[in-house]
Amino acid sequence: MTNSTTTAVLDRDGLSALVQALAAQGRTVVGPTVRDGAVVLAEIASADDLPFGWGTEVEAGRYRLVPRDDGAVFAHTAGPQSWKTYLHPQRERLWSAERAADGHLSVTEDGSEQPSYAFLGVRPCDLRAIAIQDRVLAGGRYPDRGYRERRTGAFLIAAECTEPGATCFCVSMGGGPAADSGFDLALTEVLDRAGHRFLVRTGSEAGEEVLSGLPRHPADAHTRNAARTAVDAARDRMGRAMPPVDLRALMGESLEADRWDDVAARCLTCGNCTMVCPTCFCTTTEEVTDLTGDHAERWQHWDSCFDVDFSHLHGGPVRASARSRYRQWLTHKLSTWYEQFGSSGCVGCGRCVTWCPVGIDITEEAAALHDELTDRLRREKQKETER
Amino acid sequence: MNDVPVPYQVTGVRRESADTVSLTLAPAGEEALEPFAPGQFAMVYAFGVGEIPVSVSRIGRRELVHTVRSVGAVSAALCALRPGSQVGLRGPFGTGWGLERAAGQDIVVVTGGIGLAPLRPLVLAALAARRAYGRLNLLVGSRTPEDLLYADRIRAWVDSHGPLHCQVTVDRPSPAWWGHVGLVTTLLNSALFTPENTTAYVCGPEPMIRATARDLLHRGVRPERIRVSLERNMRCATGHCGHCQLGGVLMCLDGPVIGWDRVESLLAVREL
Ligand SMILES: Cc1cc2nc3c(=O)[nH]c(=O)nc-3n(C[C@H](O)[C@H](O)[C@H](O)COP(=O)(O)OP(=O)(O)OC[C@H]3O[C@@H](n4cnc5c(N)ncnc54)[C@H](O)[C@@H]3O)c2cc1C
Ligand code: SF4
Ligand code: SF4
Ligand code: FES
Repeated sequence: MTNSTTTAVLDRDGLSALVQALAAQGRTVVGPTVRDGAVVLAEIASADDLPFGWGTEVEAGRYRLVPRDDGAVFAHTAGPQSWKTYLHPQRERLWSAERAADGHLSVTEDGSEQPSYAFLGVRPCDLRAIAIQDRVLAGGRYPDRGYRERRTGAFLIAAECTEPGATCFCVSMGGGPAADSGFDLALTEVLDRAGHRFLVRTGSEAGEEVLSGLPRHPADAHTRNAARTAVDAARDRMGRAMPPVDLRALMGESLEADRWDDVAARCLTCGNCTMVCPTCFCTTTEEVTDLTGDHAERWQHWDSCFDVDFSHLHGGPVRASARSRYRQWLTHKLSTWYEQFGSSGCVGCGRCVTWCPVGIDITEEAAALHDELTDRLRREKQKETER
Repeated sequence: MNDVPVPYQVTGVRRESADTVSLTLAPAGEEALEPFAPGQFAMVYAFGVGEIPVSVSRIGRRELVHTVRSVGAVSAALCALRPGSQVGLRGPFGTGWGLERAAGQDIVVVTGGIGLAPLRPLVLAALAARRAYGRLNLLVGSRTPEDLLYADRIRAWVDSHGPLHCQVTVDRPSPAWWGHVGLVTTLLNSALFTPENTTAYVCGPEPMIRATARDLLHRGVRPERIRVSLERNMRCATGHCGHCQLGGVLMCLDGPVIGWDRVESLLAVREL
């Protein structure tokens, strides 16, 4: 963090120069691109790979790309991936082991050099999600070395939200469409009669340095105001909201709720929600051996609490029913995460709502749990006064 | 070392029962793990098969003993090891029993099946500093007399040290069995302890832990003085894989040894 923030304006050429400057630093630049009918994150060679002129229409269980005639580049909402794809990859080798003819074992930690990333277009919700994964994976007693190297090496360019989607609810999770911290550079897209441009703010010394090498304009009052107005308006245009209650307490009080049966009847336990969630971090390990049997590798890959083997003990799974697995997911996100890592595990990005094949919506489930609890408490109170 | 397993050599193998083996392990090279406390566990790696959490059942100066019951792929591979084979170890992980909490108090150790293994180093430590504690009870439950772990050594503990009140019970007696039959909780009736001044240490199958904790509470032992060791699926032991959760508890960091006060309400919820 620097004490002083530099603000400037980039035009489209400035954005192109930004991508080139980061690539010239030897970084792998990753940003949103259009592929297979969705905005997906991928390595980009130039700013031309960005989704200029594409927006998205989302609903619970639905996602559609829509062309936009204003040429906006950051007008899409969260796609099926998040930055954890890069920082906390789906598969990672932990170690290799060799067994010599005399039975001697040698184990080598996977020491592959970690790529140096630049992420272009990180949404404020995703900045918060990265900060949450930092606490889980890089904080604590046993920091994950690979994660920490990738993370500290990464250059983050935020893109503030001006077009929230119908499944977004970051504001009700204590966030919002503005990027406050945790970035090297923050962009706000401005599109008006004065042209297509980006207000850029620095958030670190590395950001200052990169910005100083780019063709840029001074930040004029008009652009500043337009940027501020667009972000403020976005705050009021969230498609969804969590019920305005203490979600942590609500989950704690709802462990035996009937609503879990209701959602379990709809949930396919496919685990999509956990794969798309930018904070979900769970992994499992697998042992891979070669044909000789003298070389083995230990791989880690993403796992989901919806998988029945997730809680496997030799007597049987702890969480056999769909009810208990959905409850594990929701209560972890909204409640027990606080005890473990000091914050909520949900940033309100809406991905799990959009990408659930049957359209299960965690804001709706939380609201239903709240209604059930309110009802229960009312009945209990009634009983008490009748006594 | 917590990231990658450190090679350890099997220096001794002892068959404890039909399905259970104790492995004595010593560092194969220069590198060794930090010392373990009773109740802590290691992630034990069987080459080419996998890695599982196993408590320490004896703590030597360089050597460690793990007592493993064969129930699946990795544990079976460990039970099949011969002296001279090597395994990988990560650790020490998790919380220990915390014997110091029992200073000046009566101690009640209750075990079911393989649950005696993690409690052996605690019993040995208590016996080694016998005068620091009040009465020492060891209540052991086993499926059958043949499954009883460390039978000869239990006899030696009773004989050679200061008073150890040891009782053993089995679910299914054999014709030659002369001892108790029934749940290990029934042994609490004849155990010698003053509940208000007692620390209990409990390990075994979860239903046995619940029943024992309930009985101890009922007798007046304070919930935070009932220390239990719980089993959950564990892939990493470092708080990253998410598998070992019980509500807000991450069993690999906050456990496996944990006070009954912290888990009673969680264990009361089915499938949590
Ligand atoms: C803290 C702690 C201490 C322990 N101490 C001891 C001890 O001292 N002695 C002892 O004997 N036991 C101990 N255990 C229990 C021991 O870890 C288990 O018995 C052991 O993990 C079983 O592994 P397995 O490969 O033999 O059996 P399996 O039942 O085959 O399971 C092995 C592992 O593989 C995984 N697995 C199995 N099947 C699947 C599948 N289909 N999909 C995905 N994953 C799968 C599970 O995660 C499981 O942990 C302890 C457990 C814990 C948590
Ligand atoms: S739980 Fe859903 S809305 Fe919350 S961060 Fe995860 S994917 Fe986004
Ligand atoms: S809530 Fe939806 S996405 Fe998540 S497991 Fe159930 S069906 Fe799959
Ligand atoms: S064993 Fe992985 S988080 Fe506890």
